[in-house]
Amino acid sequence: MSLTKAGAPAAPAVRTGQPLGSRLSQWVSGGLVRVFLIVVGLFWLVPTVGLLLASLRSPRDVAADGWWTVFTEPSQLTVGAYETLLKNDDITGSLLNTVYITVPATVLVVVIGSLAGYAFAWMEFPGRDWWFLAVVGLLVVPVQVALIPIAELFGNLGIFGSLTGVVLFHVGFGLPFAVFLLRNFFAEIPRELLEAARLDGAGELRLFVRVVMPLAGPAIAALGIFQFLWVWNDMLVALIFTDSGSQPITVALQTQVRQFGNNIDVLAPGAFISMVVPLVVFFAFQRQFVSGVMAGAVK
Amino acid sequence: MASDTAAGAPKSAPAAPKSRRSVTGTRRTVAALFLLPALLLLGALVVYPIGYSVIRSFYDQSGDGFAGVDNYRALFTDDGIRTALRNNVVWVVFAPTVATALGLIFAVLTERVRWGTAFKLVVFMPMAISMLAAGIIFRLVYDQDPDKGVANAVWVGVHDTFAQSSAFPKAHPGRESPLEPAGGGAFITRGTVSAGDTVTLPLVGVAPDVMPDDAEPAAAPKPEGDRITGTAWQDFTRGKGVGTLNEVDASELGYPGMRIEAVKDGAVVETATAGGDGTFSLSSKADGAHLRLPASNFAAPYNGLDWLGPSLVTPAVIGSYIWMWAGFAMVLIAAGLAGMPRELLEAARVDGANEWQVFRRVTVPLLAPVLAVVTVTLMINVLKVFDLVFIIAPGSSQDDANVLALELYRKGFSEDQPGIASAIAVLLLLLVIPVMWFNVRRLRREVRR
Repeated sequence: MSLTKAGAPAAPAVRTGQPLGSRLSQWVSGGLVRVFLIVVGLFWLVPTVGLLLASLRSPRDVAADGWWTVFTEPSQLTVGAYETLLKNDDITGSLLNTVYITVPATVLVVVIGSLAGYAFAWMEFPGRDWWFLAVVGLLVVPVQVALIPIAELFGNLGIFGSLTGVVLFHVGFGLPFAVFLLRNFFAEIPRELLEAARLDGAGELRLFVRVVMPLAGPAIAALGIFQFLWVWNDMLVALIFTDSGSQPITVALQTQVRQFGNNIDVLAPGAFISMVVPLVVFFAFQRQFVSGVMAGAVK
Repeated sequence: MASDTAAGAPKSAPAAPKSRRSVTGTRRTVAALFLLPALLLLGALVVYPIGYSVIRSFYDQSGDGFAGVDNYRALFTDDGIRTALRNNVVWVVFAPTVATALGLIFAVLTERVRWGTAFKLVVFMPMAISMLAAGIIFRLVYDQDPDKGVANAVWVGVHDTFAQSSAFPKAHPGRESPLEPAGGGAFITRGTVSAGDTVTLPLVGVAPDVMPDDAEPAAAPKPEGDRITGTAWQDFTRGKGVGTLNEVDASELGYPGMRIEAVKDGAVVETATAGGDGTFSLSSKADGAHLRLPASNFAAPYNGLDWLGPSLVTPAVIGSYIWMWAGFAMVLIAAGLAGMPRELLEAARVDGANEWQVFRRVTVPLLAPVLAVVTVTLMINVLKVFDLVFIIAPGSSQDDANVLALELYRKGFSEDQPGIASAIAVLLLLLVIPVMWFNVRRLRREVRR
């Protein structure tokens, strides 16, 4: 801290010189802070834990009393609901559909976004910055605006209800953020690096593939994880653009919600199965996810 | 950054050559090839729909006839849309501010504990899951039955701690009872009591497993001078169903805590509460009074709030949204805090400011830009909220929980009114245009560097 560096040598005395009363009140308030945070933490954990425990009980137990009963009767725990669910072809099929939608939608956004981001960062063409600003303007366009027009467009193209249609939609709405994030990242690459590669005789494509992309790891990871979670977790777009054969897990579960109350043995484990992948991704790539979220703070 | 960027100071920027000139002297065709896929998709999937929606919103539902502003007029006359608009206002006002305020509090407080990172992880985790999963999670939380929904379980627990709950909701007089209904759920003796009397108040109907734990075998009342004594008990011997009607038998249990009022001319002159064996004792003031068992003894147990009923459903869904997004606010604000000049805080503390003053006068003003970005981001996000309402609000109260995005979906895809749905889409777009403009303006300065 510059204060201590510039100031007197006895600088660390800031805390020790305090009177007992104020130290006591600090200790008390420290305790209060801890208690408060623990209570809040429980508030945040309990809903998820509740559903998890509900998913691990038999339908009969769920109908009888609350999930907290398992704390006194741990013998109630069973994975029966999961076993039944994973034998259900509708559920496993829709889980596969989620993968078929999410993976291409993520890869395509990264590839197409990188190409455009690079062009906006390092190529010259008339109106470059205006084009880029136009793309940035599209960042906040709500997907709702496109639902009706695209439904009609896809109907005319014959891809309404197909996986292709959903993937395309997600790519379209993922691109503004991808271009925005990657262009800003590429623009920070030191010019010398690119020039050196150029002197070695690299063409534009080679420069992009061999020099720029390997440097872009962190940005691509952030973007990829963000887009992956976005698409994996989507329900609205898939609700409209898929049919019963191409629906992802979110839509399959959504149809069950209407009978909430007597099918918690499907909904609870189903929700958890749909959450497993996002949670693993989240815990494994927290830092990248956070930087993606921060960059996308306006999406 | 490259050295020529550093040299091109912001003031002289217009004259300075662009720093990111192509290093290869790219041909325009190559640039076009790099851009083509993105621009094509953006054009077809984002820009074209905007134009289409704007035009479509001026045509009637079939799309054949020009409708002028009819669809926009519907925004203010259609009941569903008006509810949605009103709810969206509530959403936009409360959800982002509460989430940001909580995020700020969490971000500041987690800096003071060693396990702050673990806390942040817990609060941030809901960001990673789908709104559908969050919706299912909260559908269970808000379950009306206090034996299933944790919200009502806690609420009823708190309520019953402060307000005495009744132990005998189903108790009532049996055959040939000296008691008769007194209206409003209370029971009263047919005759009056006199000083020195003993009274029996037999009731039936409380299931054995819900009898209070402190119930003891009932004792027959014993005379106590000129006091009036009596017993209120469960006049039913389980299994045999025998015992003598209206008399205290050996295996019958008292009604501990049963409240008894002596009523004379409509006024309560004396009260008593039964003990574990069901016995109670009233002073001679009750001479000539009827004994009444007030309705509070028999009130149905408190069942909690109807979270997903018409009046609470929107706040309840907003609660689940805050659960999902407070972590987002917290993480962004924490990043802002980390970048804050610590010496300013220390200086304020050295000057004798207490923690609250430091927070209020230094931390918050310094964080203002971050707080603004977070709040605005959440506002845009809230405008589009769909899944949570769609999943959490049950069919019976979905009309009351309606929001614009949900109404658009209904009008466009289940009620076959694409004209009105397009008008809603255009309204949503208009609402985000200020933010669009702000983003572009902020970036224009950066791009020109």
